[in-house]
Amino acid sequence: MSRETVINWALALGLLAVPFLALMQGEPFYITLATRVAILALAGVGLNLALGLGGMVSFGHAAFFGLGGYAAGILATHAFNQEPLFAWPFMVSGSNDMLLIWLVAIVLSAVVAFLIGLIALRTSGVYFIMITLAFAQMIYYFAISWPAYGGEDGLSIYVRNGFPELNTLDPIQFFLICYVVLMACLFISARLRDSRFGAALQVARQNPERLAATGIAPFNIRLVAFVISAAMTGLAGALFADLNRFVSPSMLSWHVSGEIMIFVILGGVGRLFGPLAGAALFIVMEFYLGGITEHWQFFLGIILLCVVLFVRGGILGILAGRRVHG
Amino acid sequence: MTLALFIEQLLNGIQFGVMLFLMAAGLTLVFGVMGLINLAHGSLYMIGAFLCATVALATGSFWLGLVASLAGAAAAGAIVEIVVIRRLYDRDHLDQVLATFALILIFSEGTRWVFGSFPLYLDIPAALQGAVSLPGGAQYPLYRLSIIVVGVLIAFGLYLLISRTRLGMRIRAGESDREMIGALGVDIRTLYTVVFALGAALAGLAGALVGAIQSVQVGMGEPVLILAFVVIVIGGIGSIKGALIGAILVGVVDTLGRILLPNFFELFMGPSQATSVGSALASMAIYILMAIILAVKPQGLFAAGSQ
Amino acid sequence: MKKLIAASLLGLGLTVSAGALAEPVKVGMITTLSGGGSGLGVDVRDGFMLAAKMAGNKDLEVIVEDDARKPDLAVQIADKMIQKEKVDVLTGIIWSNLAMAVVPSAVGQGVFYLSPNAGPSMLAGKGCHENYFNVAWQNDNLHEAMGGHANSAGFKKTFILAPNYPAGKDALTGFKRFYEGDVADELYTKLGQTDYAAEIAQIRASGADSVFFFLPGGMGIAFMKQYAQSGVDIPVMGPAFSFDQGILGAVGEAALGVKNSSQWSKDIDNPANKAFVEAFQAEYGRLPSLYASQGFDTANLILSAMQKADVKDADAFRAALKEADFDSVRGDFKFDSNQHPIQDIYVREVIKEGDVLTNKIIGVGLEDRSSAYVGDCKL
Repeated sequence: MSRETVINWALALGLLAVPFLALMQGEPFYITLATRVAILALAGVGLNLALGLGGMVSFGHAAFFGLGGYAAGILATHAFNQEPLFAWPFMVSGSNDMLLIWLVAIVLSAVVAFLIGLIALRTSGVYFIMITLAFAQMIYYFAISWPAYGGEDGLSIYVRNGFPELNTLDPIQFFLICYVVLMACLFISARLRDSRFGAALQVARQNPERLAATGIAPFNIRLVAFVISAAMTGLAGALFADLNRFVSPSMLSWHVSGEIMIFVILGGVGRLFGPLAGAALFIVMEFYLGGITEHWQFFLGIILLCVVLFVRGGILGILAGRRVHG
Repeated sequence: MTLALFIEQLLNGIQFGVMLFLMAAGLTLVFGVMGLINLAHGSLYMIGAFLCATVALATGSFWLGLVASLAGAAAAGAIVEIVVIRRLYDRDHLDQVLATFALILIFSEGTRWVFGSFPLYLDIPAALQGAVSLPGGAQYPLYRLSIIVVGVLIAFGLYLLISRTRLGMRIRAGESDREMIGALGVDIRTLYTVVFALGAALAGLAGALVGAIQSVQVGMGEPVLILAFVVIVIGGIGSIKGALIGAILVGVVDTLGRILLPNFFELFMGPSQATSVGSALASMAIYILMAIILAVKPQGLFAAGSQ
Repeated sequence: MKKLIAASLLGLGLTVSAGALAEPVKVGMITTLSGGGSGLGVDVRDGFMLAAKMAGNKDLEVIVEDDARKPDLAVQIADKMIQKEKVDVLTGIIWSNLAMAVVPSAVGQGVFYLSPNAGPSMLAGKGCHENYFNVAWQNDNLHEAMGGHANSAGFKKTFILAPNYPAGKDALTGFKRFYEGDVADELYTKLGQTDYAAEIAQIRASGADSVFFFLPGGMGIAFMKQYAQSGVDIPVMGPAFSFDQGILGAVGEAALGVKNSSQWSKDIDNPANKAFVEAFQAEYGRLPSLYASQGFDTANLILSAMQKADVKDADAFRAALKEADFDSVRGDFKFDSNQHPIQDIYVREVIKEGDVLTNKIIGVGLEDRSSAYVGDCKL
């Protein structure tokens, strides 16, 4: 087993242990915190696929995070009010079944990512960063000014959505749902990375001409990766809405795009478990610094800056050492 | 809408564009020469406004404040370049985005720490108070006309600087071939510091000029930062000409969109719904513009050099 | 007070000293202390802490944390305060969207929530809750009062504008609820917009006899400065938010003479208000704002309920809160059935006292105003 594998296992088991320790200590709040880490890590796992593997620096993943959140919020609201979502051309009603909501969140994010990708992937470098940002801003302003679902005030989910056979209101059970989803997506990421598709994606990043010479269009490979990446982040958004029992346009803001990116970079770009390590560290810092000083953002900034400047390769870079392959 | 009003609104759009240009010029210069994405550019804009307000309050002179904002922002830029930014030139865009994102947090909270949580007061100088009559009868604020003049002067000054001076020659050389210019014996570290400080000074100046007609408060740099990025991406990153044209395009589209779109939708629907749909679309207009331009020209209108 | 500020800067729990009976009450304050808009949070906190200090009741324990104006962070802090710190009462949120994120789930977990600023219509009507009390106003109130004022001032054709988001729409709806004249035009601007040249040109061209605007924070500062420079001399009016103490200094002389509506003003003549204004200036070296007065009243409401009931007995404590048996700095104050205030909304004018811009009451916009949504509330 390589050092990175050991650390990955430690991270996975460590996250799993937190809520149970919290329960033993009678501190249920830490379960919520661990759930938050799991969900935000999932958003990062999604971005990591585009960013780490495909080299696509998306500064607009908040769009998918927010869309996933709104999918959950809107369906739940309609279910709560017992109003159909739309009655024509066929009847679609709301739902508070998590599985269905996840599916909608995934499909919605994927479709939007496909459309954005069609345009954005024609560009590269800074242009790509900025055009993804622009699309996210478009959706953000749309959400703020669209009155039907609360606009800037957002949308409350009065009863957390349900999962067959489980009580999602129980923090531990909800944590476990999020944890399993996170692990499943990590597993999918790992399989994708080691598949022929993953190999093609990495070649598309490093040497697109070579890939084109083999008859595979780099554009298509990137587009597929971008869509999968967005779908995972969208799924995280749906879970995040359920965690907070609330969605609002702030999930779509460019700060969120920046934060998701921070999780990935903090943990180590392209590392499978990087987003988990990064999200965990970020949340813990936000939580403790916020309790110590009202100027916590100042210190958070300094810490982040030091990480970028002096710790190349993120947390997993320090712990697991440099990667063998390039 | 009368023709006079339309012309006035067009002028408003151009004036808004010129304000954006002041901000975008520094950003695009820094990117063109050093290949650096600087999200903290908005913080330098904020610093300029805060310094101007503080000095103007202490001395009673807006002009001294303006000098302070130029000097202070340039100094802040030089310090940031030496301490942080120069370590980022050989990194990828990802590290640059994260590091300068961290700088935003530091600057915003640091400014609040020093200046407090309440917005500061900054008024335009007495000499530029009031409005002038335009041909056609409309009144137009003198200060806004002055901003247009300053913006045009700076655009012209930058053009001269880059095309006519030794510094400009080095900047152009740096844009086209970064290794080469070092080999030619130009002190590249100093050159980069100077360029970054120049960009910072422009941002500081913009902050001070705009602060006088807007609100001097923490976080004021962020909305304008995003707009400035839209501008330079539309114009082609690294191109001063592109930044000017992009800025005016964005200014005009945004301003006219706000005015015309609600009226346009009133042709098809009730007034309240039209206002709501039109306003929503207006706030998205510049992003739609950017998406369209990049879809057609992925490198922006005036792509400069390689990147 | 130095110590008190230092302690709250440290963000950790702080206990205000002196003696009384009853069970200790733990209050969690989630408010905006960093980034844009932090001035409002700072004022609410300072007003609250001042009341706590003046009462000297050591059974009141307050924990303060910064939400950085992020809904998800506010939710996280609320969960922490409820689940980890075991607070009895939450308060402090400034913004409607944060309140909508926190309040339903917080009151659902059995704690009390006292709003010192935000009053979204949902929580006043359909979404009202027995544990939710609003100590400020329902969001529409100040705008409604300005509509009333526009009638008495004889305006016939008003140009109205607000940002394109729910609070902006509520503002214009609130204004029109009582306004009897014509609307020259209704405009929604982009949230966070800082340049209003185009809107001002439209105002000039509209032939309106007055302008009503709701543009909170930096938007209002920008609008007022640009309006003053534009040469347009149609009278302007708006809710207190753009003309309150914390912001007036930044707006400057451009605000002089503007009529604005508020449920509080520093010249309301009652002993509680006099004592508050004096103590606030002595403690913090600045004039109190609307927000500080709301924080101050919120703390005094909690203190009054503590005198009557044990917080662990939720029904008794709720009844004690509902009596609102405290000396409000606004004068008369009582709760309607939806647990939102019934109060007078004044019209103030911006004046200059020596070198300082401040407000003076010139009349009452609406007397004993409750909220439009009280009928939808099933309490």
